[in-house]
Amino acid sequence: MNLLLTVTKMSEPIISARNLNHYFGDGNLKKQALFDINLDIYAGEIVIMTGPSGSGKTTLLTLMGGLRSAQEGSLKILDRELRDASKQELTKLRGNIGYIFQAHNLLTFLTAKQNVRMSLELHDRYLKGDLDKVANDILTTVGLEERAEYYADNLSGGQKQRVAIARALVSQPKIVLADEPTAALDKKSGRDAVELMQKLAKEQDCTILLVTHDNRILDIADRIVYMEDGRLMDRPETT
Amino acid sequence: MFRKFFRRTPLAWLQLKREPTRFAVALAGIAFADILIFFQLGLAEGLFDSVTKPYTALQGDLFLINPLFESMAVVKSFPRRRLYQAAGVGEVRSINYMYIDQGRWRNPQTLKNQSTMVFAINPNDSAIVLPEVKAHLDRLKLLNRILYDRTGNADLFGKIVEPLQQSGSVPIQFNNIQTQVTGTFVMGASFSANGNVITSNSTFLRLFPERRADQIDVGIITLKPGTNIERVQTAIRSQIPDVLVLTHAEFIEHEKKYWQVNSPIGFLFGFGAVIGFIVGIVIVYQILYSDVSDHLPEYATLKAMGYGDGYLMSILIQESLIMAILGFIPGFIVALGLYSLATSVTFIPILMSVNRAVLVLGLTIIMCVASGGIAMRKLQEADPADIF
Repeated sequence: MNLLLTVTKMSEPIISARNLNHYFGDGNLKKQALFDINLDIYAGEIVIMTGPSGSGKTTLLTLMGGLRSAQEGSLKILDRELRDASKQELTKLRGNIGYIFQAHNLLTFLTAKQNVRMSLELHDRYLKGDLDKVANDILTTVGLEERAEYYADNLSGGQKQRVAIARALVSQPKIVLADEPTAALDKKSGRDAVELMQKLAKEQDCTILLVTHDNRILDIADRIVYMEDGRLMDRPETT
Repeated sequence: MFRKFFRRTPLAWLQLKREPTRFAVALAGIAFADILIFFQLGLAEGLFDSVTKPYTALQGDLFLINPLFESMAVVKSFPRRRLYQAAGVGEVRSINYMYIDQGRWRNPQTLKNQSTMVFAINPNDSAIVLPEVKAHLDRLKLLNRILYDRTGNADLFGKIVEPLQQSGSVPIQFNNIQTQVTGTFVMGASFSANGNVITSNSTFLRLFPERRADQIDVGIITLKPGTNIERVQTAIRSQIPDVLVLTHAEFIEHEKKYWQVNSPIGFLFGFGAVIGFIVGIVIVYQILYSDVSDHLPEYATLKAMGYGDGYLMSILIQESLIMAILGFIPGFIVALGLYSLATSVTFIPILMSVNRAVLVLGLTIIMCVASGGIAMRKLQEADPADIF
């Protein structure tokens, strides 16, 4: 029901996969990882993708993030076809997507503020303005104004993830992809982190696709998709 | 464009700065490589300067030597009448000649013999135009009078300068003949000999009884002003094919070439410099490689964010350039110290030249950028798809 409602509400999907297949390896070792994926995600939606380990969630996420090129079927992100896209096209696309990783992946030789700046410096429109002010503002929003000059190593896990969220969202991307953002966090920090993502995304009308095993955060989603053995399927009723 | 560059976060510098120990080791390594290169090139140039010093003291347009005359240290005579024949080719204003040999100077204090270069000139028309020599020509007209190169090491040649100032002449046994040092000049020790002596032709023939007056070592021709030197050179060559006819520059080059090519010394110095260069490449490569390896997930993250390969490569290049320039500075300073140390030990003046400093800086930059280029291959491994 929920799915149908969303489809009618929105017009053009911002992420659209049609009959998407993906393989790893060559020859005898060739193994299909994704089978006939059909998925539309619309602007402003928060979609949680869940499913057992090895089901292909992360593979799909990397395809949608332009981190791998699509092999078979069709995958359109922000109206760009990613099938057989060149390396340059993928690199360019990635500038419009925010990423939040399980292992935050902050640059350890930079301070929190500099990490956030790195995301801004990709865009000419920010380079002309006051980068430090924009970076400080978003760090204030995630509650880290006191920690702006700290190196990543000197921050707690939750603080690092908040810097990563600030980094992913500061340049106002249309899409944010997050892979297990709460896995390394305790219950409260994890909850804070996703609520922060939700709040910022709603403010910026940004689409979020979030892969997680964490049942505690499922309630922030507009829609939940379930994946098993490389296929999208109806979510089995869990207890 | 530059403005944009400076507005960006200086990743290369921040990354180097974050690990000061590794950075310091890198700089020390580059400085070490630079010192090695500086020292080798400096010694080689000092050698070439020292062996060509006597040449710069000579005046003339064309020089005649035996084709077997390889260097001042390996002299071979030729018949004096060849010089007179050459003088027959018009446009010659004057001719002159010089005997060169190595003799034994006996240190008056230790009584030890010291191998010494002897240049014999005509005291009425000296081929050596050093002002101090010209001033003492009259004294050389007397037999068994010699001039002493006061840059000679006093430990080897004995104390000469002070007694000379007090009494006006110092007795010295030279080739077992009693001579009088009546003046000094400056030419400098060289790899050929530790010291130099200038005397008259007549005294020379007494000191070296086996030498014959009609067998000279260097023939010197001065042409009339405005004469085309190359044309006369060609004319003399065609008339006297059994001697080498060289211009002043060619004569100097002839000596340099001997040390560069025919002696192992030039090769050894070049080899040392190349080793320094390779050591530098290896050190910088090691540092950059471990930098890239340690930060591979971070580089992959930058790629995932939308930074291209070109940007990441430019970071490596910037790191290389920063290391090159910051490593060069201590290398340069230590090399200056080593030069003055080497000068005081060898008595061969080894000086820093702008050319050499620029050359070594250039080599350092090439060294670092080349290492950066090799380390870039590691960068290709940073795959943004792996970090999820």
